[in-house]
Amino acid sequence: MMLSRKLSFYLQLLFTLLVCAFLIVPVVLSALAGVTANFFVGLESGLTLSWLAQVIDLYTDTIYLSLLIAFACLVITLIIGVPAAYALARMGGRSARIIEETIVLPVAVPGLAIALALILSYGGFREFRSSWLFILVGHVLYTLPFMIRSVLAVLSSIDFKTLEEGAASLGAGFWYRLKTVVLPNVRPGILAGSLMVVTLSIGEFNLTWMLHTPITKTLPVGLADSYASMRLEVASAYTLIFFIMIVPLLIAMQMLSASNKAKTTKHSVTKNIGS
Amino acid sequence: MQQAVIPKLILMMLPMAIIFLAFFLVPMAQLAVVGASGEQGLAAYASIINTPRHLQSMIATVMLSAVVTLAALVVATIAGLFLVRNEFPGRQTLIALLTFPLAFPGVVIGFLVILIGGRQGLVGDISKALTGDKLVFAYSMVGLFVGYLYFSIPRVILTIMAAAEKLDPALEEAARSLGAPTWRVVYDIILPALKPGLIASGAICFATSMGAFGTAFTLATKIDVLPMTIYTEFTLNANIAGAATLSIVLGVVTWLALFIARSLSGSTVAASG
Amino acid sequence: MNSNTSVQVINCGKTFEDGTQALQPINLEIKGGETLVLLGPSGCGKTTLLRIIAGLETLDAGGQVLFNGEDVSHLPVEKRNIGMVFQSYALFPNMTVRDNIGYGLKVRRQSLADRQTRIQEMLAMMHIENLAERQISQLSGGQRQRVALARAIAVRPKVLLLDEPLTALDALLRERLRVEIDTLLRSLGITAIYVTHDQSEAMALADRIVVMSNGRIAQQGTPREIYQQPSNSFVADFIGTANKINGRMTDQGFEVEGVVLPKSILNVVGGNSTSANPIQTQAIFRPEDTEIVSQDQAHFNGQVASTFFMGDRTRLLVDGISESPIIVETTFKQEISIGTEISIRIKDQGLMLLPDELIEDLPKEIVEKTEQ
Repeated sequence: MMLSRKLSFYLQLLFTLLVCAFLIVPVVLSALAGVTANFFVGLESGLTLSWLAQVIDLYTDTIYLSLLIAFACLVITLIIGVPAAYALARMGGRSARIIEETIVLPVAVPGLAIALALILSYGGFREFRSSWLFILVGHVLYTLPFMIRSVLAVLSSIDFKTLEEGAASLGAGFWYRLKTVVLPNVRPGILAGSLMVVTLSIGEFNLTWMLHTPITKTLPVGLADSYASMRLEVASAYTLIFFIMIVPLLIAMQMLSASNKAKTTKHSVTKNIGS
Repeated sequence: MQQAVIPKLILMMLPMAIIFLAFFLVPMAQLAVVGASGEQGLAAYASIINTPRHLQSMIATVMLSAVVTLAALVVATIAGLFLVRNEFPGRQTLIALLTFPLAFPGVVIGFLVILIGGRQGLVGDISKALTGDKLVFAYSMVGLFVGYLYFSIPRVILTIMAAAEKLDPALEEAARSLGAPTWRVVYDIILPALKPGLIASGAICFATSMGAFGTAFTLATKIDVLPMTIYTEFTLNANIAGAATLSIVLGVVTWLALFIARSLSGSTVAASG
Repeated sequence: MNSNTSVQVINCGKTFEDGTQALQPINLEIKGGETLVLLGPSGCGKTTLLRIIAGLETLDAGGQVLFNGEDVSHLPVEKRNIGMVFQSYALFPNMTVRDNIGYGLKVRRQSLADRQTRIQEMLAMMHIENLAERQISQLSGGQRQRVALARAIAVRPKVLLLDEPLTALDALLRERLRVEIDTLLRSLGITAIYVTHDQSEAMALADRIVVMSNGRIAQQGTPREIYQQPSNSFVADFIGTANKINGRMTDQGFEVEGVVLPKSILNVVGGNSTSANPIQTQAIFRPEDTEIVSQDQAHFNGQVASTFFMGDRTRLLVDGISESPIIVETTFKQEISIGTEISIRIKDQGLMLLPDELIEDLPKEIVEKTEQ
């Protein structure tokens, strides 16, 4: 009995490790390829930073543009998304659900279709079409649901209506309650949403490929470009830079969700202890 | 108090509503109209069935997405349950690594597939060393399958783990106290409890696979999945109406998958890209 | 002067959007400085009434809430100058204990120095000085309760509203805090409205209890009146334990299935008619108003169906007297075995007649519930 359990444990562990290898090995491979003198020959050819230098030389503007769009996208989703999420949570009921359902549509509908729709409707405005703002619109549509959902999730996990009633009973008006009670308490949700928005915006390709112009190339567009036309080492070095940008965001996201989890369990423990 | 608040709530929702209306609802409606504005009119929407090339690409996309979904669910359930139900050193790291590629874009995943299964890929090198034949699969449906599996696994694992953690341990203890062996516990208690999560994450997996464009774009323009067909129609053939109809059909199919999953699982399916 | 705010509830009803009527139009007056307890089972409308008084719930048309004679019906909660303690406490997790207590003062734009003084006063009053800098998540249930009280009182509200403030605590702590709240309310002399479903809490704290059922007032009065002269069988049942018997009022006394209970045991304080009444009437008596006696003194005879030893007394269920077993309490030290034939007497003034019309007046479900 004991033995068979052990065996099944190791079989499952092995399986999980294989899955993990499937996900991680290519990333490591790509990172290595980016700093290897000649990937075809292998590591024996020596390590070099010249590919990275070449990428920075060729593609720096794509990196800047991606950061600019991600930042602008974050600002907009914060300004329009957080109040909307609160309003939805506060309204509740059927109409709020329908609105939420609609807002999530850009995630369900393939980016290609949205991009096509945007081009058909607004492609005629030359100035707009050829500026980075055109890409920004797509990114806002695509990332907004994540911000709203993230804030909504926190709002539904704290009893914000009662907290607000508490504040109101002490004399606080609507906007003051928002500032002093609601906003500080949904901060984890806003933070998680923000990380998600920035990460997704930096990596967005489906929409961006259709919306970009030769002078508005983002990082993923540049990546696709390099995959098609550059040697493997350059493409790898470029991918490596992308990883370097995005990995801290992913780690921050994981840490945030871990700390939120720890907080909620700690909270419930103290609740159960009583006096 | 309620009544006085409603105008403020509407005010707070207004900016989002305006942007959403102007840049999503109106353009999508326009897209649907353009789709029907070709010579065929509304019948253009039937072209997906009438045009063999479109129908083929539709069927291929659906099949691929379904197979990917199934595979991802099986793999992620085994790994996810294992990680939740066992305590061992390195577990946290393993979880972190498994959920890490969550936000990798499709293009990058396509490139990673090339690194594994491409002409200079790892699998090719290994197979050449072993059998003398170079195994290259990246530039075909198999490559696409591998790529979609790659980006599906982290998502599904996360959902499964979240659902499994919520499982009341007392249920399993009760089943065991009644004499149920492990496989019965899994079959009778754990899988039913995971069902909503499985349906939800399966639907997301299916929907993303249907609409994914970046991976196919990186691997090869020859792979005939619907997003690639749309892209080709739009850019190479300048068939705007055709691209529009296909986009609308694709959008409806993916949305439908999510919608059905939601009504089946009874909870809100967190759609994610 | 704040402590003397009176509250008048005039014709206050509440119908929710889905059409359920949570509260029938109710009239109620709370005198300045009085502690009024709204008591009733869950869903009886007591919390709705409290929230209407607070301004957290809108009123059906025609209703009015007056503070000191001034109509506040159209003021939102934040303008009513009340203090409220919530069942879940609603403490702000993003603030320390000190900031929670000072929140209402800050809203009122008091100077920092004034605020600090008042906060210190509150901390001292609630004996939580050492918790001032703590986060809410670091507090136990009892400590949270104290902070919630301090926060509500700090703003010197006109009326203090408490919504089941002790429900989330365990029994021992509940009892201790009940005493503290009682002392606090008496010493502040503040007008307080306290919602609970716990009758012992209500009895201990109230100047006056309003028993509610199905969105109506079932009875109001001092705790003593409510317990000793319940005006209907719902109240009799909800407050304490009551045995019910059906009979008829005759010139000799209360007649139950051929046995005539003498008028001497009737409780006439309530002024209920003890004159002959040929129609079926209900009477009730409390378990503690019975005694086990020798057969010649007995009003009833029956067999012990089950016994519950409760330490200071023993509770017996006795069959053979009424349709359902009669509950009797005795301080006998010896064990009484099941099946024993015993004779029971109702103590003088132990039998209370219930007016019929009020029973019919109650909603149907309650009548059914009390008759089963």
